[in-house]
Amino acid sequence: MDDTAVRILVPAGMLGAGFPPETVERGIALGADVIAIDGGSTDSGPFYLGSASPKTTRAQVECDLRVLLRAASAARIPLVVGSCGTGGTDAGVDWVAGIAGDIIAAEGLGLTVAAVYSEQKASALAGRLAAGAVHPLPPLGPLDARTLEDCTHIVGMMGHEPIEAALRGGAQVVLAGRATDTAVAAAYPLMRGMPPGPTWHAAKIVECGGQCTTNPRAGGVLATIDRDGFTVEPLDPAAACTPASVAAHMLYETADPFRMREPAGTIDVTRATYRALDERTVRVEGSEFEPAAQHTVKLEGARISGYETMSFTAIRDPRITAGIEEWAALLLRVLGDRVRATLDLGPDDYAVDIRLYGHNAVLKEREPDTGPAREVGVMLLVHAADQATATAVAKVANPLLLHLPAAGMSYLPSTAFPFSPAETERGPAYEFVLNHVVDVADPAELFRTEYRKAPADA
Amino acid sequence: MPETPAARETLHDLALEVRSKNAGPFWTTLELFMRDEAGYAAAADPAFLNEEVVARLYRVPADQVRVFRIPALNVVKIAFPRPVAQGGLGDRDVHSGQQHVPLALLVPPAAGARSPKAGA
Repeated sequence: MDDTAVRILVPAGMLGAGFPPETVERGIALGADVIAIDGGSTDSGPFYLGSASPKTTRAQVECDLRVLLRAASAARIPLVVGSCGTGGTDAGVDWVAGIAGDIIAAEGLGLTVAAVYSEQKASALAGRLAAGAVHPLPPLGPLDARTLEDCTHIVGMMGHEPIEAALRGGAQVVLAGRATDTAVAAAYPLMRGMPPGPTWHAAKIVECGGQCTTNPRAGGVLATIDRDGFTVEPLDPAAACTPASVAAHMLYETADPFRMREPAGTIDVTRATYRALDERTVRVEGSEFEPAAQHTVKLEGARISGYETMSFTAIRDPRITAGIEEWAALLLRVLGDRVRATLDLGPDDYAVDIRLYGHNAVLKEREPDTGPAREVGVMLLVHAADQATATAVAKVANPLLLHLPAAGMSYLPSTAFPFSPAETERGPAYEFVLNHVVDVADPAELFRTEYRKAPADA
Repeated sequence: MPETPAARETLHDLALEVRSKNAGPFWTTLELFMRDEAGYAAAADPAFLNEEVVARLYRVPADQVRVFRIPALNVVKIAFPRPVAQGGLGDRDVHSGQQHVPLALLVPPAAGARSPKAGA
């Protein structure tokens, strides 16, 4: 093909975040060739991958998908959703596919949907690990096969290739498991022959929708990629892209603002230039993409680290808050003694974190201001191998949290509990344990695609 | 003589925005968007803000701290590995959203020099 330009419409930073429907209409009117949107992230923590549950509620996703499916169907352009269901697990893909299927059926849209699954089996990865094909990314070290087995869910982050293959296979809607944010936007323009430097850089700039504009709340953006570079403009006529707002997005949630690794290679924007075409449109040129010698797929995995029970009380009495750190240290010491005496548990059997909200809970030892606080919220977080143990420790702590006197007090104070019962069971706690890449010969070999053809009666 | 209020300006005072965020589950990124070239010059001065200063402030090894100085944007960007993986045991800031504060409260020596001082 010899397209001169391909236009990507990104309505929002995340499916389910919401956007004004008229901004999508505007993007279609401007000639959008594809709608791309990210459906997930690791940014909200390991729970969503570990438990294979979405952060968004069904009504949010349904609301956004209805607008996008209608728009894509009417304009006869593809819709690509990446990292379905927050963590990109197979259950997340099925969840979004179920919602999309209901909308397509209810509205008679007759679209063909491809579900691209990214979940990985620990046993299969163990074989690749043994063959020396798995490498750590800093700050993690070499991988232990046991760590793979401990994960409740592992996903591979796909690049553009499996998405492009699904589009070539006839999909009008691609619902991908875990994918790089950029691959979701880059797949279609790459398929249409756009050059990789501008395509990948544009994909990075638009991955969060309106984040690269002066008003991120106003809706998404449209990027137009051509042979020499790309332009980007907001879909809300009142918002603006400026060279600074566009360039600054390369900093967002990245460790290196100039070079970014994708499965197929590295985006290099060191020599990119940003120029205002008018007061709301920016032109970017000079973006480069270096193909990698070895194609790699990054792994994400989460495991249950234990179970947590939380208790929370508050202190206003200045005689306690004046020496709040000593009070907390005393609480921790007395609690340890009582847990040993009553539950026969030692320090290795459980973990307790006392967080002094209003004093130093957020920054802990990094807190620069150590002056006395007016109120201190005391969160007690107990972590143990099972829920019953975590709750038992929290219950042993309860009379201390309620009545522990500060040094020099000759009576028992009472603190301000906001709830009864005092303990809240948080269930399993998850942790991310993988930050590794797998060498692959075929960029699509870790992923599986299923097509669901809708009845062609639209 | 007593310090003038201007001489006590923090990086936060000299910036449009100071922010922090996760860069994936294992890294934190801090960004100083300075208001003007003078503020950038203060923040970007390696004698004032460097890997060792960040390491002390955030209690991380200096050899793991990365500092990027971007004059075209008046931005200084800093990244280091999270002491605790995101959402892991003892993590108190899941999105790393409030980690900018110790950096933002630093007072660059250049800030005082920027404002005229009587008798200087």
